[in-house]
Amino acid sequence: MTKSNFTRRGVLKTGAVAGAGLATPTIFTGAVWADAHSGFTNAPQGDTVTLGFNVPQSGPYADEGADELRAFELAVEHLNGGGDGGMLNTFSSKVLDGTGIMGKRVEFVTGDTQTKSDAARASARSMIEKDGAIMVSGGSSSGVAVAVQALCQEAGIIFMAGLTHSNDTTGKDKKANGFRHFFNSYMSGAALAPILAAQYGTDRKAYHLTADYNWGYTTEEAVRSSTEAQGWETVNSVLTPLTQTDFSSYIAPVLQSDADVLVLNHYGGNMVNSLTNAVQFGLRDRMVNGKKFEIVVPLYSELMARGAGENIAGILGSQNWDWKLENQLGAKYAGTNAFVQSFGTKYGFPPSQAAHTCYVQTLLYADAVTRAGSFNPCAVVEALEGFEFDGLGNGPTLYRADDHQCFKDVVVVRGKENPENEFDLVEIVEVTPVDQVTYAPDHPQFAGGSLGTCNPGA
Amino acid sequence: MEAIILQVLNGLDKGSAYALIALGLTLIFGTLGVVNFAHGALFMLGAFCAVTFSRLIQVSHTVIDETQKDFLGNPLKVDVPYIYDFFGQAAGDVMIDWAVPLSILMAIPVMIGIGVLMERGLIKHFYKRPHADQILVTFGLAIVLQEIIKYFYGANPIPTPAPDALVGSFDFGVMLGFDPGGIVYPYWRLVYFLFAAIVIAAVFAFLQFTTFGMVVRAGMADRETVTLLGIDIDKRFTIMFGLAAAVAGLAGVMYTPINSPNYHMGMDFLVLSFVVVVVGGMGSLPGAVLAGFLLGIIEAFASMPEVLNVLPGINQIIIYLVAIVVLLTRPRGLMGRKGVMED
Repeated sequence: MTKSNFTRRGVLKTGAVAGAGLATPTIFTGAVWADAHSGFTNAPQGDTVTLGFNVPQSGPYADEGADELRAFELAVEHLNGGGDGGMLNTFSSKVLDGTGIMGKRVEFVTGDTQTKSDAARASARSMIEKDGAIMVSGGSSSGVAVAVQALCQEAGIIFMAGLTHSNDTTGKDKKANGFRHFFNSYMSGAALAPILAAQYGTDRKAYHLTADYNWGYTTEEAVRSSTEAQGWETVNSVLTPLTQTDFSSYIAPVLQSDADVLVLNHYGGNMVNSLTNAVQFGLRDRMVNGKKFEIVVPLYSELMARGAGENIAGILGSQNWDWKLENQLGAKYAGTNAFVQSFGTKYGFPPSQAAHTCYVQTLLYADAVTRAGSFNPCAVVEALEGFEFDGLGNGPTLYRADDHQCFKDVVVVRGKENPENEFDLVEIVEVTPVDQVTYAPDHPQFAGGSLGTCNPGA
Repeated sequence: MEAIILQVLNGLDKGSAYALIALGLTLIFGTLGVVNFAHGALFMLGAFCAVTFSRLIQVSHTVIDETQKDFLGNPLKVDVPYIYDFFGQAAGDVMIDWAVPLSILMAIPVMIGIGVLMERGLIKHFYKRPHADQILVTFGLAIVLQEIIKYFYGANPIPTPAPDALVGSFDFGVMLGFDPGGIVYPYWRLVYFLFAAIVIAAVFAFLQFTTFGMVVRAGMADRETVTLLGIDIDKRFTIMFGLAAAVAGLAGVMYTPINSPNYHMGMDFLVLSFVVVVVGGMGSLPGAVLAGFLLGIIEAFASMPEVLNVLPGINQIIIYLVAIVVLLTRPRGLMGRKGVMED
């Protein structure tokens, strides 16, 4: 027989004390509280600084998240003086010297967004409160980016967005503590429209299939307004459920309409399936109004394009960056080859645009802290606002102060007819110069919301 | 008119997938009385049999080609499938091209094996447990199977094209006397529909015209009496579980050229298949097939712009609306039998 030392009263008392301890938000009990003098959340203690990389490690975007994580690891390696230095050698700002950030060795923690807003917020919160992350970056969806950006604003943390393309991230949902290097729906529309007009003519009738969520709406609006300004007519636009897998019943009515262009405002698995179905129904071989039927995918993802296989051949779309930029268009896009070399040597294949934007965002954050001479988020915000830089693969780029959006050239690509391997699926058609994709901060597609003021937290 | 015919065709091929999955589901429910939430995962495993088979026959050795460079400027490594060494390049290319139909040969034994293993290893321990327990354990199993596939194959969809001869579409409208280009239908979807019809007919024939099928049907009607007659009905039901797994697996194999398979595809079909089973009538095989095609066609029509303009969003709820109406008017489903799940 065993004798228990627990008494009911004892257990209750212990439970009450433990419960009170657990219920106290850790943001008040962690490193922040201990370092109240520094006046901002998670001020780095000792000789290390912790960054939080919040990427989809499970769910349908797990492969994209894995590529982002590779890029983050590489950026941390380079910041700490490891490897060949990558883009540190080509970056126009020269304050980063491979000794970490302001002499503190960079460490990182990772979270799994699952591409769900609530899960992403929970993992970001955990990285901030438990691990003391001073900055959060990553992600593969605009819903997640907007949610995590708002959380970082409340917590007094800098958010360096990963792959997020919706106008709203730096439009109605923009926040002072959030920064986006990736391009957006408006820029895709503005970059694509002149090239679509040049390639397919100005007398076209477009049919839109649009994913029924925030990113889909802003992308359709951007592409519609840009193409209509070029003379195109939009004959119909149909919202498709995000969970849809077989798009045949949405493709069939396209055959009945007199549209001669199908615009697929879909991303990821939706894009793979809708494009595959459209090609199955013979849309690529179709002649309407005396013209060859065309399909357009406004936002390309190289990783997802692999899923569509040969169906992407000849399809036009836009990208934030492509690993062939410097080789094909010259030294203006310096940094591209340095990054591809580092990434390719370490992992054996070229990086995706998601990997590129995450790598660049990490360097930009480290650079801003170093130039500001402080980890204080408000000092970092000041250093990033209006910052002009070069040598990170996109050519001369501006981090605009009004909305924390990067302005740079946009790459228009086309699916290759005969890809040589699974990493070489698209060819660069043209690069639309930055001034053609720049818009006023108060543009209607970005209306509503304001940056507010930076929050140092604590 | 063309639009209607096209949506009926779309509904038929979508319905084929629903019917095949629902047939297996209701077969398991009718024989073993188990609500199998892992059935969608069996569909997904079937699709990955096709992926695995096409990867297996493309297992390659590397040859360095000094004349070409890779993206880092190093000599290009070219993969040469072993199948070229064994059968020559021409025959090898044909086999690679026809990988999806050929993978049926691998999928049948593999899926029966998985089905039997699943039933003997896990599900038989839950026969006497409440349906809620069965749902929990099979749903858990589905998640485990999904994660295993994701671990080995990644989260991205994997393109698994149809043979070149069956890629593309044909003009159905011209055959019916309509304008060219009005009713264009992909070859492979027609193949899928015919394949589904053959499999469904084969399952019905097996149950209807063989002694084994007769015993199973007798067992479905009155398990105790059949057991008292000295027949080992459990063994036969295990085989039926394997057969149901194979039907779901074959549905998955043939579906891969329609949509590139990913680890999550089973879940996408699972909920709808359950609705199909409920609308058809729990335990009714013809009901499952009928409801599968019916809901496929209704779903296709609800996605037409003409319908969406009048009732926005109807495409997302139509199946559940139909289910509610059917259950209100015919509580046992379209062809449900009295006494099933009513105890």
